[in-house]
Amino acid sequence: MTAALPALPVLLPALGAGMSLLRLPRPVMRGLGIGVLTAVVACGAALLVLADRHGPQALHIGGWPAPLGITLVADRLSALLLTVSALVALAVLLFAIGQGTAEERRSSAVIFHPAYLVLVTGVSLAYLTGDLFNLFVAFEVMLAASYVLITLDADENRTRAGMTYTIVSLTSSLLFLSLVALVYAATGTVTLAQLGPRLAELPDGLRSALALLLLSVLGIKAAIVPLHFWLPDSYPTAPAPITAVFAALLTKVGVYALLRTQTLLFPRTGVWTLLACAAIITMIVGILGALAQDDLNRLLSFTLVSHIGFMLFGIALFDTQGLTGTILYVVHHIVVQAALFLVAGLAVRRTGTAALHRMARRPRPGPLVVTLFVVPALSLSGIPPLSGFVAKLALLRAGVAQGTPAAYALAGTALLTSLLTLSTMIRVWLAAFMGQPPGRPKERPARPPGSGRNRPSGTRLMLVAAAGMTTTGVAVAVCAGPLAGLGERAAEDLLHPREYRSAVLEGRQR
Amino acid sequence: MTLVAGGLFAIGFYLMLQRSLMRIVLGFILLGHGTNLLLLVAGGTPGRPPVLDGTTDGSARTADPLPQAMALTAIVITFGLTAFLVALAYRSWRLSGHDEVRDDVEDRRIGTVRERAEAGPAPDRDEDGTAPGEDR
Repeated sequence: MTAALPALPVLLPALGAGMSLLRLPRPVMRGLGIGVLTAVVACGAALLVLADRHGPQALHIGGWPAPLGITLVADRLSALLLTVSALVALAVLLFAIGQGTAEERRSSAVIFHPAYLVLVTGVSLAYLTGDLFNLFVAFEVMLAASYVLITLDADENRTRAGMTYTIVSLTSSLLFLSLVALVYAATGTVTLAQLGPRLAELPDGLRSALALLLLSVLGIKAAIVPLHFWLPDSYPTAPAPITAVFAALLTKVGVYALLRTQTLLFPRTGVWTLLACAAIITMIVGILGALAQDDLNRLLSFTLVSHIGFMLFGIALFDTQGLTGTILYVVHHIVVQAALFLVAGLAVRRTGTAALHRMARRPRPGPLVVTLFVVPALSLSGIPPLSGFVAKLALLRAGVAQGTPAAYALAGTALLTSLLTLSTMIRVWLAAFMGQPPGRPKERPARPPGSGRNRPSGTRLMLVAAAGMTTTGVAVAVCAGPLAGLGERAAEDLLHPREYRSAVLEGRQR
Repeated sequence: MTLVAGGLFAIGFYLMLQRSLMRIVLGFILLGHGTNLLLLVAGGTPGRPPVLDGTTDGSARTADPLPQAMALTAIVITFGLTAFLVALAYRSWRLSGHDEVRDDVEDRRIGTVRERAEAGPAPDRDEDGTAPGEDR
């Protein structure tokens, strides 16, 4: 039973997507989505426990041994991210059901649930896959679903944004595919576990060319500056839950792929200057972009770009501490960014606008929504008791421990970016959540009746989902100790992948 | 083969840099073909038998099946996504009446900053605080 466990997080959502294509009644469809995602969370947690106790779990599909067949591998890192991502996907699905994005019209209801489950399939496959070509397929599955979601019931503006998004992603996918072809031509394998030693035998020039192509491909997916332009343009146009799940999962899968491939394929010692520069530019450009924005969703998208820089920080350091910091940061950021986008969705729904200067004149949302915003916002800026602080502290300590000029520059930029994030968040807070006191609108009533709060039960479900995300964020901070230990062991695994290789290649089953 | 793949890449990227959506779609198709060709080239020299039937001696090497499988998968994926892209371009044409890629929101906002500055502060920004080009 445990041997087949790595297949379940991929199979269950795929089967669920197939079943929800049938003309099922709405409650069944909702139950199906929620049930499948809960099962994926459970599988992820079980895999995490197994991988932590017994080392990486490999599954050779169809019984073909590693270099021939398709391999799924769950080690600590992938199981951890799988669990967190599935949890976020579950919360966002609840939010979407509450908001009615999922089922506004009959036509979109038929499309939303299958597309959402296919998205989760792609994300799980990307985390679990053991070879480069399957990683490409996983990205395609995930992105194809995301193209559908971002252009679902689109008006002109969203079609334009969706077009940009689709074309940029497709181009990067084709580049990824050419990379797979080149890697195969050079080494004769695409299994990640075999590629490391074989790539090490190649001439230096070819090796760096492949590494650079891989970096730029994954850089487009993860929105590293200067390859980020598509992100703040396309994400904010989608409905809140879809933006939240994209922001939480899609770019993080890019970061995960970067983490996995760079450690396994191109191991190095010492700071990686190119990536360090990219990280610094990403942090600064992202946060300055956020400061200049007036639209709440665009502002959050720019902070997302900025905080990708923090994750690159740890990868650029390329030692155990740095990678630990990155892993913690990815976990923290998946949860917190999803929470922020969900709460932003709530606020936009209450006030009817996403422009900050107009939100300031509308009655402010209730205390619960304000609290739900403040906790993740402070966490994002790294205020002590919250999860952002833990992750940032790990990164900064890694930077200072390394002690090279590049590491100090990274640490300094990270501190500056945190401060600027805090100022951005305070600006949002003052404008959007500390506007007019409730009940006394200065200029005119907030919304024409019937358009805002016409579905109280839906709003309650949205609040529950957002509150769940915020609580998870706090839980990440509370469990910081064990989580940091887990992150450190995962980082050790990444830097010394002998166990991973033997699990994949020798088909060792425990 | 390699030269053809390179040529397809070059033409594909050139077409993708055009303003018209249809040309971008065509560029994407060519780029996809180039990539598939590259996958086939990665499989080694052409002309090897795909299946050994026992009549040939054991020293004959078969064609590498893996790049072919990958190319097949890639063709299916590119085909599906091309269909989606064409549908999207069609919807964009239906909605906007032309198939040009428009400037993004930020560009338009920057473009209208001067107009707004010359017009002076709008009396009621709350009513139509958005810039003329910014239709949200």
